[in-house]
Amino acid sequence: MPFDILVAVCLVYVIGLFIVAFAAERRARRGRAGWLRSPLVYTLSLSIYCTAWTFYGAVGYAARSGLEFVTIYLGPTLVFVGWWWVLRKLVRIGRAQRVTSIADLISSRYGKSNLLGVIVTLMSVLGVTPYIALQLQSVTLSFGVFASDTPEGWALPDQGATALWVAGGLALFTILFGTRNLDANERHHGVVMAIAVEAVVKLIALLAVGVFVVWGLAGGVADVIARIDASRIADWPLEPGRWAGLTFASAAAILTLPRMFQVMVVENADERHLATASWAFPLYLMLMSLFVVPIAVVGLEVMPAGANPDLFVLTLPLAAGEGNLALLAFLGGFSSATSMVIVASIALATMVSNHIVTPLWLALRRGNAREPGDVRSLVLMARRVSIGAVLALGYSYYHVSGGSSALAAIGLISFVGVAQVLPALLGGMFWRGATHVGAAAGLITGFAIWLYALFLPSFGTEGLISAGVMEHGLFGIGWLRPQALFGIAGLDPLLHALFWSMLLNTAAFLFCSLVTFPGPMERLQGVAFVNVYDQTAGAERWSRGGVGAEAEDLLSMSQRILGAEAAQGFFQAQAAAQGKKGFLPDTTPEFVSRLERQLAGTVGAATAHAMIAQLSPGTTVSVQDLIAVAGETREIKEYSARLEAQSEELARTARALRTANEKLTELSVQKDGFLSQISHELRTPMTSIRAFSEILMEPDLPDDMRARYAEIIHEESRRLTRLLDDLLDLSVLENRRVQLTIGVANLHDLINRAVLAASSTRPERMFRIERDFPAEHMPIFTDTDRLVQVFINVIANARKYCDAERAVLRIEVRRRGTGVEVDFIDNGSGIPLRAQSLIFEKFSRLTDTSRAGGAGLGLAICREIMVNLGGTIDYVPGQGGAAFRVALPLRRKPGAEGGGVNQL
Amino acid sequence: MSLTPPPLFLARRSYRRRRLMDAARLLPLLGLVLFLLPVLWRPAATAEPDTARGGLYLFIVWAGLILAAYGLSRGLGPALAEEDKPEGAPDAEG
Repeated sequence: MPFDILVAVCLVYVIGLFIVAFAAERRARRGRAGWLRSPLVYTLSLSIYCTAWTFYGAVGYAARSGLEFVTIYLGPTLVFVGWWWVLRKLVRIGRAQRVTSIADLISSRYGKSNLLGVIVTLMSVLGVTPYIALQLQSVTLSFGVFASDTPEGWALPDQGATALWVAGGLALFTILFGTRNLDANERHHGVVMAIAVEAVVKLIALLAVGVFVVWGLAGGVADVIARIDASRIADWPLEPGRWAGLTFASAAAILTLPRMFQVMVVENADERHLATASWAFPLYLMLMSLFVVPIAVVGLEVMPAGANPDLFVLTLPLAAGEGNLALLAFLGGFSSATSMVIVASIALATMVSNHIVTPLWLALRRGNAREPGDVRSLVLMARRVSIGAVLALGYSYYHVSGGSSALAAIGLISFVGVAQVLPALLGGMFWRGATHVGAAAGLITGFAIWLYALFLPSFGTEGLISAGVMEHGLFGIGWLRPQALFGIAGLDPLLHALFWSMLLNTAAFLFCSLVTFPGPMERLQGVAFVNVYDQTAGAERWSRGGVGAEAEDLLSMSQRILGAEAAQGFFQAQAAAQGKKGFLPDTTPEFVSRLERQLAGTVGAATAHAMIAQLSPGTTVSVQDLIAVAGETREIKEYSARLEAQSEELARTARALRTANEKLTELSVQKDGFLSQISHELRTPMTSIRAFSEILMEPDLPDDMRARYAEIIHEESRRLTRLLDDLLDLSVLENRRVQLTIGVANLHDLINRAVLAASSTRPERMFRIERDFPAEHMPIFTDTDRLVQVFINVIANARKYCDAERAVLRIEVRRRGTGVEVDFIDNGSGIPLRAQSLIFEKFSRLTDTSRAGGAGLGLAICREIMVNLGGTIDYVPGQGGAAFRVALPLRRKPGAEGGGVNQL
Repeated sequence: MSLTPPPLFLARRSYRRRRLMDAARLLPLLGLVLFLLPVLWRPAATAEPDTARGGLYLFIVWAGLILAAYGLSRGLGPALAEEDKPEGAPDAEG
């Protein structure tokens, strides 16, 4: 077949794909997605699992190792048949969290940690790039087949150039249809449709070749079975370890391959499509594998010994002269390669732009999210550049490896690499205890082992790992040999790497998860993931009031990400839902978290969160907000408790003030009383002195009368002097100007003196004094005269006022630590309650003056003396009579109370 | 949902659905066992040609799994639809 025709067919086919994609996009944009989003298209789009590696490589694989190739399809079959376990939850989570890629899912689950997103992105790029190179290689090789095996015989153009053209064309297609819109939830209708068409093409091509081989070249089913039994691969060299291991690896890979995640989760339009895919996708896989062994067997039999079994799908029809069938097969292989490259580069570009480029850009321009720079075009550009970069990487990988046979093995190596995400993925979906530290530890451990034990050695001994290291281990440590870790040699290298990487990955993940504590955001996301079925609406993650962002700012930012029309539409709808007109809804927590999810569909959860957080100054992560709110609440509670305490104190003070006020009022009354009292007290003796002195002035007064009147005058003036003395004394005492003469004395003697001195008061009265002599003996350092004065006053009062028939005064002395208490208790009726607080005031007398025979200053003076002596005198109620307690220190502390010092 | 179905019928239907879910969970385990069964045959150890036989066995199991999955997905479809209902608009069909 001439090269021109081949190229022309390719071009026509590609143009056809462009048209299909374009038409699908247009249809979808007009809102008539309809069957574009049917379960059939969904299932067909999943077929990107079958790459050129499947299309060509499966036959080669079968020709080399018999039935083992089928494990690559058995694993996915089990995963899909068991969709109720994992896939359903994965898709539900993906839709609920608006996940954009597998890296986004992992990052979102573990507290929107971008570090994990970066790790998964790097792992994916490293694992998938060789795979892309493999696709480019298969296309170039298939071109080569036509070049060499045709009679027309045209020289194959430079293989590198072919690969470059293919890579360039794919980049163009992917950029055109893969980055049309940003919101992953709008999905890539064009791409998905084109992939579905390609899926049909490759299935038909492979089935056609298979039918041709079985019923054309061989003589039907029975003949094929006979040929299989006669062939080189008749005996099935089943290695149990590889059989199970490869089934596991492929099952893991279908969940974790970025391109599979893209079509399975991100592009999923309806969860129910999974139900159809659960049987239809295994059916597709089975049909793809159905003729692999017959083609391999017939190829081995028909083709010359040196023929490359990887290309039997092409070379068999060509050798049989079926040019059109060969062309169909070529298109099938071309489809397999291109669809894989397109989706893989979209998936990788999404990861790279969301987890590496945009966060970097945001970090560089921190705080400027409000600036009118167009984020939307930045993200789109980042994605386009990423697509170009991924394809360039794939191409250069292909170029460097020179299309060597090492590439053929890269499929499985890549599977093992991406399977490292599985523990973190499943752990995150089913175990709330999984933490980001555990996930990172597991990922890094598994990835490192994969690199060291499988990926690097795959380049051969001349490659990145020297023969010496392969032979003797890193740094000559035997148990670090890349293909015999821990000294366990003899395992198949792939199985060896799979075993150790998965084992240590899972162990590190579990152990680190167990010993670390997840952050609040992580725990919240953990619940949202593990319990995804319980909460379809999703947890509200923005606390009310914690959102400082203005609706206008949010709108202007969203416009730059979602596009003006879409953003305005979204805001309008949200405003309408809130019952508002216009474009600016209230920034309620519901609205903000809905907006965040909307943005997450475009730029990934972590970035979306960071962007919204940037617009809400002071509120970075809402859970932290919640915690802050909780903290504030606690503070408020504390504050109110403090207020309560304060108000209690205030109430106490108020009570005290009220008491004080009452006392003040009484004192004021007393003051008036005092003034009238003092004038009265002064006037009474003055009046009698004046009256009697006037009488004395009478010339004819008898001598005896004169003497009596002079006596009265003398008596009255003495009383007057005493009163003035008392007043003076009181004033001195009150002002703490009194000079104390401190001396030592026996308390017993002091009481004796007082009792003796007081006995002159109402000496006619029967008055018994009960004392406890032994208790009274103690030395006391104080102003003894003043103390005796107090005692005299108290005893005299008792003598004066005790109204008992047989008056008894009990004097009790008690030591109290460094002080002494002297109680004077009589058996009278005591002092009424109301008067108890007044008796120590000046001029307070309970009865009339005449009976008292004093000015009512006695107790006031006593109190002042006791204060000056550092002690107290109190009325003790409830003692069965009037009871006064004099308390004072045994040794007066100098300067404790006044004592000659002028104190106010 | 035009008529209120008798409670017994409802319970029976939801019971069936539960068992269908169980079956859907068990199916991959069954498939795993059947796919790993050839390991016990130790085909590598025997001299007789067993690729054809093994291949037939695998494809028959495969087809069986697909059929079973088809049956289950038809049975579980309504369960998914009902689960979705509270989220979106009420479904017209019963």
